[in-house]
Amino acid sequence: MLGFTIEKRQEPLKWGSFFIFLGALVFSLGVSALLLAIQGKPPLEAMYLLWDGAFAHDWALEDTVLKAIPIFLCSLGVAVCFRMQIWNIGAEGQYALGAIGATWVVLSMPDAPVWVLMPLMFLAAATLGALWAIIPALLREKMGLNEIISTLMFNYIGILFLEFLVYGSWKDPASFGFPMTIMFPDTAIIGELFGRIHWGILVCAGAATALTVFLKHTRLGFEIMVSGENPRAARYARMPYSALVVLVMGICGALAGWAGLIETSATLNRLQPTIVVGYGFTAIVVAWLARLRITSIAGYSILLAGLRVGVENLQLELQVPASFTGIMQGLILLSVLAGQFFNWYSFQRSKRG
Amino acid sequence: MGLELIIPILAATIQSGTPILYATLGEMLTERSGVLNLGVEGMMIFGAFFAFLVSYYTGNPWLAFICAGLLAGLFGLAHAVVCLVFQGNQVVSGLALTILGVGLADFLGTAYVGVSAPGFSPFDFPVLSAIPVLGEIFFKQDALVYVSFLLPFLFWFFMNRTRWGLALGAAGENPAACFAAGLNPVKLRWAGIYFGGVLCGLGGAYLSLAYTHLWTNNMTAGRGWIAVALVIFAFWRPGRAMFGAYLFGGIMAFQMRLQAVGATLPSSLLLMLPYALTIIVLLFSSARGKGRQAPAALGVNIEPGE
Repeated sequence: MLGFTIEKRQEPLKWGSFFIFLGALVFSLGVSALLLAIQGKPPLEAMYLLWDGAFAHDWALEDTVLKAIPIFLCSLGVAVCFRMQIWNIGAEGQYALGAIGATWVVLSMPDAPVWVLMPLMFLAAATLGALWAIIPALLREKMGLNEIISTLMFNYIGILFLEFLVYGSWKDPASFGFPMTIMFPDTAIIGELFGRIHWGILVCAGAATALTVFLKHTRLGFEIMVSGENPRAARYARMPYSALVVLVMGICGALAGWAGLIETSATLNRLQPTIVVGYGFTAIVVAWLARLRITSIAGYSILLAGLRVGVENLQLELQVPASFTGIMQGLILLSVLAGQFFNWYSFQRSKRG
Repeated sequence: MGLELIIPILAATIQSGTPILYATLGEMLTERSGVLNLGVEGMMIFGAFFAFLVSYYTGNPWLAFICAGLLAGLFGLAHAVVCLVFQGNQVVSGLALTILGVGLADFLGTAYVGVSAPGFSPFDFPVLSAIPVLGEIFFKQDALVYVSFLLPFLFWFFMNRTRWGLALGAAGENPAACFAAGLNPVKLRWAGIYFGGVLCGLGGAYLSLAYTHLWTNNMTAGRGWIAVALVIFAFWRPGRAMFGAYLFGGIMAFQMRLQAVGATLPSSLLLMLPYALTIIVLLFSSARGKGRQAPAALGVNIEPGE
C-alpha cells in the first residue's frame, strides 16, 4: 500500500492560502472549461474571453470595479458575522431592503435638495437593511431560532417584497407596464468620480477603515473577535454575547443595505427587480476566500466581480447562460474549502511504508 | 366551503408535500450521521434536472427517478470529500454545493426549458381509493406518492431496529464511542451523506417527473431550504417530518388555489407564504426538551488521527 499519514502542522502554512486559492482557481477553471466543451463551446477561447472581458481593457476593469463595490460592502458585513460564527446568509435580502429604503426616501421627497436627500437615503437604507438582519438576530438569541434558516427565508421574503412594491404602487405609470420606478432625480444619483467609477467607492473605503478601527481598537470590537474564537469563554467573561450578535448582524445589514442603495442609485438610477443578482451570495464566497480579513476581501471582491463581468462577455460572445457564474463560484468555494486543509495538515510518507 | 372544494385542495396538499418529504428525510438521514449538509437545494435541483433528462431520452420515468437519486447522491459526495477528507467547514461547504447545483442545473438545462418528458400520473390505488374522502385524498395519487407513504416507516425501522441504522446514529451522537466500538464513523458519515443525497435527489425528481412533466428554471424554488428547516421542526424524527411536509404542501396548495381563482392579493405576497410559514413553524419548535435535541456531534468534523 502507498503509505501516507496525515500530520498536523505546528504553525499554519505561511502564504499558503494564496497558493491554495490559485490551485482552486485552476481546478475550477478546468472543470468549467470541461463543462463548456461538453456543450460544444470552445473552452480555450472561452477562458480567453473570460479574462478579456473582465480585466484586459479599461472599460472591462471599470465594469469589474463597479460590480466589486456592492460585493465588497456585503462581504465586509458577512465577514464580521462569520467571525462570530453567526451564519448570516441573508445579505441578499438585506441588500434588497436597503434598495427599498433608499427608493422610498426618493419617492417621498423627490424635490428635496441633495444635502437632505442623500443623507436620508443612506439612513433609510442602513436602517431597513439592519432591521432585516436584526430580526433574525433577535429570534436567534431570544427564541433559539436557527439563523441560517431565518436569514435565508428573509432573503426570499425581502426580494418578493421588493417585487410587490415595484410591480404595484411604486411602478412608474410611464414605464409601459415594465416593473420599474420612475428615474431618480439628479439629486438622488451617486455621481461619477473618475471615469465611470462613482463615489460609492469612497463609501467602501470609509466603511472598511471604520470597521478595521472598530474591530482592532475598541472594546466592543475586541469582544466580537473573542466571542468568535470561543463563545463559551466570552459568556464566562460576562461579555454581552447576545448584544454582540445583534450588533454584528446590524452592521452587516446596514452595509448590505448601502450596497443596495448604491446599486439602485448609481448603476440603475431607479429601482427594478433586476437589481437582485446574487451579490449577497457572492459576498459569502468572497468572505470565505479572504478568510474573513478585510484587506483580502477587497482583492477577492475584485476577482469575483471580474468573474461575473467575464461571464457576461461569454454570454454575449458564446451564448453561455449567466448561471455559469454560479458554477464557477461553487467550484472555487468547494475547492478552496478542501485546500485550506493544507494550512493545518500535511501528508507525510509513513515510515513503515 | 363544501367537501367537494376541500378534497381537491387536500389531495394537492399531499402532492405538494411529497417532494419536501423526500428531501426532509434525506437531510434528516445525513444529519443523524452527524453531518450538516446545506446543499439540499442544490442536490434537489440536480436530481430534478437529471430525472427530466433521463426520462426525456429514454422515455422511462422509473429509470429516470432512480438515476436522479443515484446521481444526486454522487453530486452530494462533493460535500463528503470537502468535510470528511479535507475537514472543511460544513456550513460553507453545503452553501457552496447549493450554489454549484443551482448553477449546474440552470446551465445544463437552458436548452430544455419548457420541454416536456414522460412522467408519473395519478391512478386509483386498488381497493383503498374506494374509501370515501380519505381514499380520494390519499389514494388517487401517482406511484411516487405511494412510495413516499412508506418512507417514514422505513426510515424509523432502519434507524431504530437495524444494526446499520444504529451505527449511523452513533456516528452522529458520539463518533469517539462509535470508533471505540470498532466502527468507522467516517465511513458511516460517507454513507449518511450519500444516501441522504439520494433522497434529496428523489425529491427533486418528483418535481420534474410528477409535479410537472417538464423542465423549467428554478424548479425547486427554496423547497430544499424548507426541508432543512423541517428537519429541525421534526426534532430529527421521521413521523413529524411527514406532518411538517404536508403542512407546507397545504400552504402551497392553498396559495396555488388562491392564484387560480384570481384572488385580489398580488402574487408576490402569496408567494411569500411558505417562507414566512417556515419561520413561524420553527418558532413553535424552538422549545427544546428531551428527545428533541439535534444529534450531539452534528456539524463537528472528525479530525484525522483522533
